[in-house]
Amino acid sequence: MIEALSLGFFQRALVAGVLLSLLCGVLSVFVILRRMAFVGVGISHSAFGGVALGFLLEIDPLWTGIAFAVAVALLIEWVQERGRLEEDAAIGIFFAFAMALGVVFLHLSRTYNVDVFGFLFGNILAVGPHQLWQILIVGLFVLATMALFYKELVFLSFDEEMAWVSGVPVKALRCLFLVLLALVIIMAIYLVGIILVSALLVIPGALARNLTRHIVGMLWVSAGAAVAATLGGLFLSLGLDWPSGATVVLVLALGFFVTQALRALVH
Amino acid sequence: MSPAAIEIRDLWVTFNHQPVLEEITLDIEENTCVGILGPNGAGKSTLLKVILGLLAPSRGEVRVFGEDPLQARRHGNLIGYLPQRPLSNPRFPVSVLDVVLMGRYGRIGLGRRPTREDRDAALANLDLLGISHLAHRPIGEISGGEQQRVFIARALALNPRLLILDEPTISLDACSQDELYELVDRLKEKLRLTLILVSHDIGAVATHVEDIICLNRRVHVHQAPPIGRLHLEKTFGCSVEYLFHGRIPHRVVRGHDD
Repeated sequence: MIEALSLGFFQRALVAGVLLSLLCGVLSVFVILRRMAFVGVGISHSAFGGVALGFLLEIDPLWTGIAFAVAVALLIEWVQERGRLEEDAAIGIFFAFAMALGVVFLHLSRTYNVDVFGFLFGNILAVGPHQLWQILIVGLFVLATMALFYKELVFLSFDEEMAWVSGVPVKALRCLFLVLLALVIIMAIYLVGIILVSALLVIPGALARNLTRHIVGMLWVSAGAAVAATLGGLFLSLGLDWPSGATVVLVLALGFFVTQALRALVH
Repeated sequence: MSPAAIEIRDLWVTFNHQPVLEEITLDIEENTCVGILGPNGAGKSTLLKVILGLLAPSRGEVRVFGEDPLQARRHGNLIGYLPQRPLSNPRFPVSVLDVVLMGRYGRIGLGRRPTREDRDAALANLDLLGISHLAHRPIGEISGGEQQRVFIARALALNPRLLILDEPTISLDACSQDELYELVDRLKEKLRLTLILVSHDIGAVATHVEDIICLNRRVHVHQAPPIGRLHLEKTFGCSVEYLFHGRIPHRVVRGHDD
């Protein structure tokens, strides 16, 4: 296992894993507090359509994935705001639609290959130096934006109507949060894949919720738990020769169950 | 003469072609305390939302201190507001002081952190409401009466000229209700606010306000204490017994027809 640390691909996997789980851990707090778990699922599955479009057009699937996910995120917001459809119904429709599009795109491009499997189930060990840079740049952008609008995002999560009455630009910030969420989801697809990405956006926040009473503590615990689970999961997957993404999620879920049991014991 | 705090001219609000408010015309003078009375579903909260700018009128005009509500909000003329159910997520992990500070976020502006000054002002608001000792407690772990005070402190943190309280006592026991009304009386005096108090509790409102607006889709009685029995019967759509001003409880008897 010590040998693995000297391998380039494993080093990159560790750095990418730490960065991505840090991002997911921070966003997860807001996903939990804003009750947006299903939004995360919807956006991540929609990304499949975008990724497939990338294969079809033979451009980097990262960018088509981002464009698709952001578009779907804003579409969900728009439909819900018009009040024509409940949010959960809108998500259910859009993500089925986007995934179906994805399957057709893949069929047309005639490449159901290993890359696609990697996007569906994550293959962090395949992260190259180029992708590491992408993750770093997008990650820094998301963290800086979150820091800049932190207080408004907390207020929005607490009470949108009062935030508006108090002069906070609610609509713009709602959209901004959805865009950040879409960006992080696309990035996290490298780590655990489309299928498991929602776990990384829900479990760290839920775990931190069990252990803390203040949002600042919750943010630290959530980010810490996500990073620890990713590191633990990566080493475990290496040792056991298990799929890396799934192992990370299993470690994280185990952590959640332990905190849930602890909470039940304390109360 | 100072401009009216609120001027409403021929206001209509309809949802799905059903009128919720019809033909509302009224003025609220500055530095007065006005009660809005009416049965459930009378459109009280809708009227407030129009005044706050949360809801656009279907027809008519609303001016808050001479400005359109949206324009007023853009210019930073904010309205202090206590919503009917202010704590939608009781387990939200913020402290009492955080909640009061939120009231200042619009003024602090995007991308800036609250300063020591903001903190001190928020603490002063808590002090004014007699709950500064709760500043660092989680919002979900204090009593209902204490929570109402916190949310009033947040409304005051905007430094508003107009304070709107929507059913402030709805979830409180009798004792906390009295305390809350006394507190509101004190605030009104001290901060020289224009105050709108919405309630379906005739007795409480009648003893704490100067003017009463009776609302049941239309405005029936306006600036008219002592309230005439007939007018109230019109508003509530049922017989009304015992209506006095002063400390005597008022009651509405007999059920509504509809």
